[in-house]
Amino acid sequence: MSNIPENVRYTETHEWVRKEADKYVIGLTDHAQHEMGEIVMAELPEVGAEATKGDAMGGLEAVKTAEDFYAPMDGEVAAVNEELEANPALINEDPYAGGWLYAIKVSDESQFDGLLTSEEYKTHIGE
Amino acid sequence: MSIYVPNGKVEREQMLDVIGVDKLEDLLTPIPESIRFKGELDLPAPASELEVVNEFKGFAAKNSSADLVCFLGAGAYDHYIPAAIDNILTRSEFFTAYTPYQAEVSQGTLQAIFEYQTMISRLTGCDAANACMYDGASAVAEAALMAIRSTRKKRVLVAGSVNPRTIDVIHTYMDNGDFEINEVPFGSDGLIDLEAADKLAEGGVAALVLQYPNYFGSIEDVKAAADLIHGHKGLLVVAADPIALGVIEAPGRLGADVVVGEGQPMGIAMSYGGPYVGFMATNAAFLRKMPGRIVGRTEDRAGNTGYVLTLQTREQHIRRAKATSNICSNQALMALANVIYLTLTGETGFKEVARQCWHRSHYLHDRLLEIDGVTDVFDTPFCREFVIDLPVSADTAVEAMGEAGYLAGLPIPGLGDGAIMLTATEKRSRKEMDSFVEALGKHIKGAR
Amino acid sequence: MEKTIFQYSSSGRTGVALPLLDVPETPVTARFGRKETIGLPQVTEGQAMRHFVRLSTMNFNIEEGLYPLGSCTMKYNPRLHEFLARIEGLAVVHPLSDDSTVQGTLELMYKLGESLCEITGFEAVTLQPAAGAQGEFTGLMLIKKWQDERGQEHRNEVLMPDSAHGTNPATSTLAGLKVVSVRSDEHGRVDVEDLRSKAGENTCAFMLTNPNTLGIFESSIDEITKIIHDAGGLNYMDGANMNAMLGIARPGDMGFDVCHLNLHKTFSTPHGGGGPGSGAVCCVEMLKEYLPPSTVEKTDEGYKLLGGTGNTIGRLLAFHGNVGVLYRAYAYVRTLGPKGLREVSEVALINANYMKARLKPYYDVPNDDGPCMHEFVASGAAMAEKGVKTLDIAKRLLDYGFHAPTIYFPQIVKEALMIEPTETESLESIDSFIDAMIAIAEEIDTKPHLVTDAPVNTPVLRLDEVKAVKDLCLVEPVEHQ
Repeated sequence: MSNIPENVRYTETHEWVRKEADKYVIGLTDHAQHEMGEIVMAELPEVGAEATKGDAMGGLEAVKTAEDFYAPMDGEVAAVNEELEANPALINEDPYAGGWLYAIKVSDESQFDGLLTSEEYKTHIGE
Repeated sequence: MSIYVPNGKVEREQMLDVIGVDKLEDLLTPIPESIRFKGELDLPAPASELEVVNEFKGFAAKNSSADLVCFLGAGAYDHYIPAAIDNILTRSEFFTAYTPYQAEVSQGTLQAIFEYQTMISRLTGCDAANACMYDGASAVAEAALMAIRSTRKKRVLVAGSVNPRTIDVIHTYMDNGDFEINEVPFGSDGLIDLEAADKLAEGGVAALVLQYPNYFGSIEDVKAAADLIHGHKGLLVVAADPIALGVIEAPGRLGADVVVGEGQPMGIAMSYGGPYVGFMATNAAFLRKMPGRIVGRTEDRAGNTGYVLTLQTREQHIRRAKATSNICSNQALMALANVIYLTLTGETGFKEVARQCWHRSHYLHDRLLEIDGVTDVFDTPFCREFVIDLPVSADTAVEAMGEAGYLAGLPIPGLGDGAIMLTATEKRSRKEMDSFVEALGKHIKGAR
Repeated sequence: MEKTIFQYSSSGRTGVALPLLDVPETPVTARFGRKETIGLPQVTEGQAMRHFVRLSTMNFNIEEGLYPLGSCTMKYNPRLHEFLARIEGLAVVHPLSDDSTVQGTLELMYKLGESLCEITGFEAVTLQPAAGAQGEFTGLMLIKKWQDERGQEHRNEVLMPDSAHGTNPATSTLAGLKVVSVRSDEHGRVDVEDLRSKAGENTCAFMLTNPNTLGIFESSIDEITKIIHDAGGLNYMDGANMNAMLGIARPGDMGFDVCHLNLHKTFSTPHGGGGPGSGAVCCVEMLKEYLPPSTVEKTDEGYKLLGGTGNTIGRLLAFHGNVGVLYRAYAYVRTLGPKGLREVSEVALINANYMKARLKPYYDVPNDDGPCMHEFVASGAAMAEKGVKTLDIAKRLLDYGFHAPTIYFPQIVKEALMIEPTETESLESIDSFIDAMIAIAEEIDTKPHLVTDAPVNTPVLRLDEVKAVKDLCLVEPVEHQ
């Protein structure tokens, strides 16, 4: 069983989203990191880049898989996790904290409420 | 029963029995009757080994080109191929193996590729190389696409002094409706017009593609081109002749971002155009945008050194529609020929081949200019190939020289009726060159 | 383990005696001269031979044992072909030679092209593509050009089943076309209704491997190709699996408009550790004018190499294709003749069905609803639940002296093992492979560590692919100059 904390929201494409002060922090779920295996490279967006809900914002690579990750909400990239460049495996080790991917400032906060709850995500991945 | 099929009537019946059918036709049921092929393919009856050998000898006898003394280059060169190369290439272990998907039983191929990558990197002055592309021209096209991926720009500049066949292939590969190619003219010196390139690069471009030495054999200023294109945030793609890199500076050391080229001169038979092999080298920053297979060194469970295919997420079998290229089968055996060639010639021998090509081409050039009426087309330093202007039709001269036993060179009609491009490799002796110059001189005298 | 060639290097050694320079020297223009050493090794011929022979002994190969890589058609490569391709008059020919001086090679290319058209049921051919993927690109570009010429530039979709080989979507992207994936039905065939719903005014082409990547013949092929034609698209056949159909069925008779052949599979040219291959493309008459340059025509004055019409899609390679590979493929066709070619496919079918029948009690074969063609796909999903993955089974096969099948493809089958014995395997070798597979199935139940620890009888143990990516080492460090 994967770790699916209740204090964050989820997307069908396996991102989690957490509200933090004036930003929304985005990462990869524990379920997804487990499916991918050890992540060896994280290609992150640039700070200032525009995020449109559903658009690919970057990519993650394991040895035999590569997956894009997508913007959960509209906004602008406010920060990226620079530690991932040297240590992308943080996404595997600590997916909900040290392994966060990037953060955005959003224009329409109501989009957050449209994201999946932990219960809904659990159903989505069949757990 | 064919000589390649061991299971005869007895075995087949036994096997059909295990399968649980009576006859072969029962296995064909998934193929609708309406589309089955009726009758027999209209092909010649099978031939014995002796007959096939004789048929092939007949083909060979009709290839009189093989008997000509070759002064023709333009992308394929008549170099000496050390006998040991074929001895290794025809070892079952190398030539009948598939792509090294099961690394534990493919260490021979994988380590040889690793050594190939190392030698190509060193030769080109880049950080790393892939293994490998189809040929030099498709490698240039793939390099242009790689620059597009790296810069997210959709326009590529190509020097007009690049081999026109290469330019054709770039057009074919980039004809997806989304990309643009601008040709940069060459000046009266036969070199790329850098001022024109600077203007064309305005607004941003993915890359400038340059050939080094260029199509006409002249040596482009790679450093100046690199500075120029980097000023526009584009990449410099250099298509290099590998043999030339034994005498002239490595493009990677002059600022090139991607160095590609044709590996045929390094131990591969001309074989009417293939199989050849394209090489591709680049710097660390662009590694993950590179197409093709790459081998990396690693360890096994006991800590022993071993080799595997790596960075595979770039490739079609994983990334599918988002892969860096669609290439799958490549020219691995030809890359192996390259690595053996570079090993046998080695540091001193390889440089000696390059040096001899330089000296012999210059000797030939100077001797040809002694013929009354023959002039230089470009007054620019060249490496191992050059263009001269004959006072007679180049086409007619090539034909006449063919009858005299020479493959005289390639007419370049775009530079004039008498323009012809020639080369002399380490195989061309002084005697051959002197006799050729004499024969050509006679032809010119008679034709004027 | 073998040292790298750089570690054998010692200053002053060389492996080739070159001619002496017998012309005056011309100094290399100083500003162009190469300044530093290259870093190539310095060894004698004997040292080089020893190194490469030692390396070679670490390779599995088709002359050593059964190599059941699905869809790769690892059949025996006749030795005769190596002799033929090296005949001096064929090997030492410059690609820009005048046609009149290369009549032998042109005649061979012409005759091979004619044979391939007869085998596929098409009217025109290009021998230029260097490999299957380049053949796919050629085929899609021919179709795109045909659509464009008819004012159908908006058609930007390529339909293909979800079981398609990775090169198919990658090629579509290269051609600037969008991939639309079509579902497979419960038997692993194209879901005709899903195809019907997706074919339409944006359909440029449909790409299909037939038999498909599950080794199953697309029995509704007539209907499938008609749906695409009715929608205004053309049908492309990926000929990777042509070894199943020689003289039995022809793509040209199934409604396909163009197909490529992998001469390095069906026509037995050696794979060389990854290439060279040859991806000859055959097509219907109406696509002929778009073919790349370097096709061969027979005229009263002899054979002529054509430069391509004004409508050509353009050149794919600098020259005329992997001609050395064409020499070998032609010899194969000549040796076998029409009956021999059909026999190839018949026996390939028997061998694959026999293997499937004998392995079925031990390995799950999904989508099994009748005879397979030249290959079949088993699933290790049940074993994975016991903690042994398909990867482990593949590695254990290496210990038994066999190459592994293609694994984890097609992706629509969990823990896939794609097995293709080919016609050149004897019943005895097929039985010994089956015995090994059965022994492994038993080990999974009794001594699973033997499988998960595999391979142990190989030159190296299981290699760490994660480390290879994380600590990238792609070239020998410079200290070994």
